Amino acid sequence: MRRAEPWLALAGALALVAVAWAAPWLRFILTLALAKGIAVLGILLLLRAGQVSFGHAMYAAVGAYVVAFAAPSMGDVLVLLPMAMLTAGAIGLVIGLFITRYREIFFSMLNLALSMVLYSLLEKFYAITKGSDGIRVAPLSIAGMPMDGPMAGWVMFGTALTVAACFWWVARQYLISPMGEALAAIKTRETRLEFLGVSARGVLLVAYVLSAIMAGAAGAIIAMTSRHVTPLLAYWTSSGELVFIAILGGAGGVLGPFLGAVTYELIRVYAAAAFADIWQMALGLALLAVILFAPGGVWGVIAGLLRRARAT
Amino acid sequence: MTTGITRRAALLAAGFGGVILPETLSAQTMPKPTEMKVGITTFLSGPASVFGVPGQRAAQWLFEEVNREGGIGGVPVRPIFVDEGPGTEHLVGEFRRLVQSEGVHVMFASISSGSCLACTPLSDELRKTTILWDCGTQRTFEEGNHPFAFRTQGYGTPELMAPLLYLLKHKPDFRSIAVINQDYAWGRDSWELWKTAMDTLKPGVRVVAEMFPRFNSTDFSTEITRLLALRPDVVLSTSWGGELTTLIRQATERRLFERSLFVMPVAEPSMPALGRAMPVGHIIGSRGDHWINHPAPRDRALFDRFIEGYRSRFNEYPIYPVHHMAQAVWALRAAYAKAIETKGGAWPNDQEVGAAFRGLTFPTPTASITLRSDGQGLEEQIVGLSSFGERYPYAVPERMMRYDPVAISAPVGQKSVDWMKTLTPGMENRVGTSI
Repeated sequence: MRRAEPWLALAGALALVAVAWAAPWLRFILTLALAKGIAVLGILLLLRAGQVSFGHAMYAAVGAYVVAFAAPSMGDVLVLLPMAMLTAGAIGLVIGLFITRYREIFFSMLNLALSMVLYSLLEKFYAITKGSDGIRVAPLSIAGMPMDGPMAGWVMFGTALTVAACFWWVARQYLISPMGEALAAIKTRETRLEFLGVSARGVLLVAYVLSAIMAGAAGAIIAMTSRHVTPLLAYWTSSGELVFIAILGGAGGVLGPFLGAVTYELIRVYAAAAFADIWQMALGLALLAVILFAPGGVWGVIAGLLRRARAT
Repeated sequence: MTTGITRRAALLAAGFGGVILPETLSAQTMPKPTEMKVGITTFLSGPASVFGVPGQRAAQWLFEEVNREGGIGGVPVRPIFVDEGPGTEHLVGEFRRLVQSEGVHVMFASISSGSCLACTPLSDELRKTTILWDCGTQRTFEEGNHPFAFRTQGYGTPELMAPLLYLLKHKPDFRSIAVINQDYAWGRDSWELWKTAMDTLKPGVRVVAEMFPRFNSTDFSTEITRLLALRPDVVLSTSWGGELTTLIRQATERRLFERSLFVMPVAEPSMPALGRAMPVGHIIGSRGDHWINHPAPRDRALFDRFIEGYRSRFNEYPIYPVHHMAQAVWALRAAYAKAIETKGGAWPNDQEVGAAFRGLTFPTPTASITLRSDGQGLEEQIVGLSSFGERYPYAVPERMMRYDPVAISAPVGQKSVDWMKTLTPGMENRVGTSI
């Protein structure tokens, strides 16, 4: 399975490029899907430790607003992206220091509460954030060259794909490292981890900060692609969307989040196109189908197919 | 859920994109299409669907009428609706899909100001004629130049100037005011505009309370208690929809309406829901001049036919989003007629349609609307005092004043707030005619 994964990832990336090339309007959707995949990858790290964060959109919003605020003075993708990641990581570290004391429902709810605090701040500080109308992101450049028109779409798609590939590799290495393996121990029995002399809080903190950085990168890409940020990015439904994608994609493999995100965005866009009035129902049915028939998510289905292919 | 579906969907999409795109993106001499597609973004879910659904109904109905009369330039029109409810990022994706994959000829964008602010830059990028059919933010055309975007109705500045001038005329001696607006951009923006204009036209009014209850609140008891204690002469609220209805009900129960004069610039859509529960003698606006009891419409027969047509079809009275959608449809028809005529009968491309919109004057049943050189439409404003008559089961205005939009809008290229600071006291006596 592990050996097949890089090839699958490569094939998936090529397929995305082909689709983005053939249908320009999908390029935008796929860029957003890749960005969300990156954020969900962070959720997946926490899921390995058995913890669900219902507030990770907070870090995506941090990344997005960093881009919106910094774009007029230094509108370079190569500057904004690391800046968004660092800011999200720093905030993740501060929050992580106390939030990693909590587990399960308390962990989930505290994340949710903090993300709603951020949402309210973004909405209330009207003079700075322009409230619910949001901020239009100033024109950007990459490595000093201004981006506009269709070229901008390709640059953002390429950026999203590159960042996604980097994080996919990081997450893969991280999960087979001792720190990554210890995450599973938090899920099964934390006390044993402590007996081994490993700090469970430290293990969770590293994963938490890493996930915040990923969400920050995702938010930055979303802001640079849609060129408009609103407080809705930090709202609980956005966090719920990330968890939804994690379940849809399956938590078993590092590719799961990206499969989930692409599936989610495509279902959403086709449902919205086919039935504008009841597209939410189509999404709900898709999730129900996954829970009932494919508890391992999209990744679980693919892994199952591959195993069967090898057995025969 | 297998990736089979994903891939298949992706391939389908690729196929679609390949087939449809070249036709829409190229094009200097355009062949006449067999069908004209209009992409319409409107709220189909969430609290703003009280505006979005009537808007959608109006579009379906009016395009059917247009098609029955032979379509636009002989081409039948098909509206394609998109839900604005899920937020900006989804909407921006849908906008691209409609333009790049569906190949729509024109976009009608957005009720929410946030949506409009996100969609207008897209119209620049995709070079697609976009009619801003309902949103009112002054920021759209004051913060940037958008060659392909046009607003076929008034906007925030005249929609607040009209009730303010009415107030100054109706109750010139008021000394204190309180505001209770929804805590989001329109609530904040409208208060900033109102306060700037009020401080210029009548300096020295004391603001006793600025309250911004949470968006989608259902309980205003604390705010009402404070207002009862503060006894302001005037209470301003630019809230709308279900929230305004709730506020009025709760404030009436506690007799706040008997102590203070209310000014509600977006009251009209809440009136049918309130019925006879609406207190009389308060200042109400409707984001335009399309009150159902308009005493002197330009074309009485057309106006009555429009009102009755909507009412008999959907069993409800038309509210302002219905009129705004109608204005967008009529503007579209007028602009295409103009562009086709200019081109000697040939089908116009996006640039030519855009050129036809600029400076376009089109008739509405009540008056006529002109699109300025920046794309902003000039629509008359009518404000009056709530009252009950025999004819309608809900409150309609009386002692109405009509305001010329040119006099109460910021000139092209000026920001509303800067323009308001140049006004001079006594404007209420110079602008506006009683009808």
